[in-house]
Amino acid sequence: MIAIIDYEAGNVKSLQFALERLGVKSILTADPKIIINAEKVIFPGQGAAASAMKKLKDSGLDTLIPKLKQPVLGICLGMQLLCDFTEEGNVNALGIISGKVKRFSDNVKVPQMGWNTISGLQNPLFNNIKNYEFMYLIHSYFVPLLAETIAVSQYDLIYSVAVQKNNFYGVQFHPEKSSKAGQQILHNFLNLSP
Amino acid sequence: MLTKRIIPCLDIKDGRTVKGVNFLNLRDAGDPVELAAQYAEQAADELVFLDISATEQKRKTLANLVLKVAATIDIPFTVGGGISSIEDVAILLKNGADKVSINSAAVKNPELISNLSNQFGSQCIVVAVDAKKIGEKWKVHLVGGKIQTEIDLFEWVKELEHRGAGEILFTSMDHDGTKKGFANEVLSRLSEENNIPIIASGGAGNISHFVDAFTIGKADAALAASVFHFDEISIIDLKHKLKQQQIAVRI
Repeated sequence: MIAIIDYEAGNVKSLQFALERLGVKSILTADPKIIINAEKVIFPGQGAAASAMKKLKDSGLDTLIPKLKQPVLGICLGMQLLCDFTEEGNVNALGIISGKVKRFSDNVKVPQMGWNTISGLQNPLFNNIKNYEFMYLIHSYFVPLLAETIAVSQYDLIYSVAVQKNNFYGVQFHPEKSSKAGQQILHNFLNLSP
Repeated sequence: MLTKRIIPCLDIKDGRTVKGVNFLNLRDAGDPVELAAQYAEQAADELVFLDISATEQKRKTLANLVLKVAATIDIPFTVGGGISSIEDVAILLKNGADKVSINSAAVKNPELISNLSNQFGSQCIVVAVDAKKIGEKWKVHLVGGKIQTEIDLFEWVKELEHRGAGEILFTSMDHDGTKKGFANEVLSRLSEENNIPIIASGGAGNISHFVDAFTIGKADAALAASVFHFDEISIIDLKHKLKQQQIAVRI
């Protein structure tokens, strides 16, 4: 069973449908027992970081998530919240990955909205994905280059479009909205060994 | 590199796709879910569903259609038409819409945009702005272009950005349905004066119109309906031609 962490973080329907199209059962839940025992965990996210962190704290998920042992995939804001701090609302995040989330400068339109390429792919998460594949992104804040960076993209500057530390994976793009290549990445995540 | 987006727009009335010339004389162009899946297959970057009957008939939501579309397609889509409250938006997002497009309700109650962006995040709040040149001024229009307001287009878009709109869908009523090209001068000014993405809408007739919208008009995305629905332009073809002109596209 795949658990999608439920903290009212916006549109998760598309993610559920994408998993359904892969023939995988998922459950949207905030129940610690179900999350701990799930085979894989997806940590979605949309909207503002500060209110998302508040919801995670109110439900105790902020201490549960860093302790998870199975593969965990943070998507969009979910990836950013794996870091220890975000400029969005100036709040501490989960602190799983050491790094500060920053805002794009006004040299570019913010949010970045649309399809951009991902490159420097170096992880089983990107099996069968070609370098410079297009992914759908929609975000105003970004994770800078870190030791944990496993793919980059460029907008304003080169930034981390995917990260990994131990069992924690994060992608800035929306695989559930990124056509067949996005579907492949979800498939790859689901096939990671525990 | 971030690519320019090509967005087919599916105007919906009574659950069917329609597109009229200057919003009148509607013609039937098929089943929205089927059409959406076809466009996703053909490398459309995004889709917009506009319930054109919604504002007039006060129909609240396209919730069921949204759910069907979300289950079927794997590219982002925006839903608009008669959306006037936080509750309307919550239902559409919950059913799988990636973004909502607000039009008349934003003019009637600008605070709605601030409230929506606070609640759901700017990234999912598109504001559709219809305008027409009256004398020397571009004035915002409502109800599919039928009602003129005294609001200046350029001031309005600045206010929308300030209130947290994530993107502007700009339709020139003077160009819509003419197939003579987009309102490139206005588009370029909107793009220079604001720091959020601008979608060009109204006037697409041939491939060079799209080239112009991206180069002269500096648009981030271009939206069209009939040229796609009636197969006058294939999206793949269009993208290859754009690429030949050094415009970044997803192929």
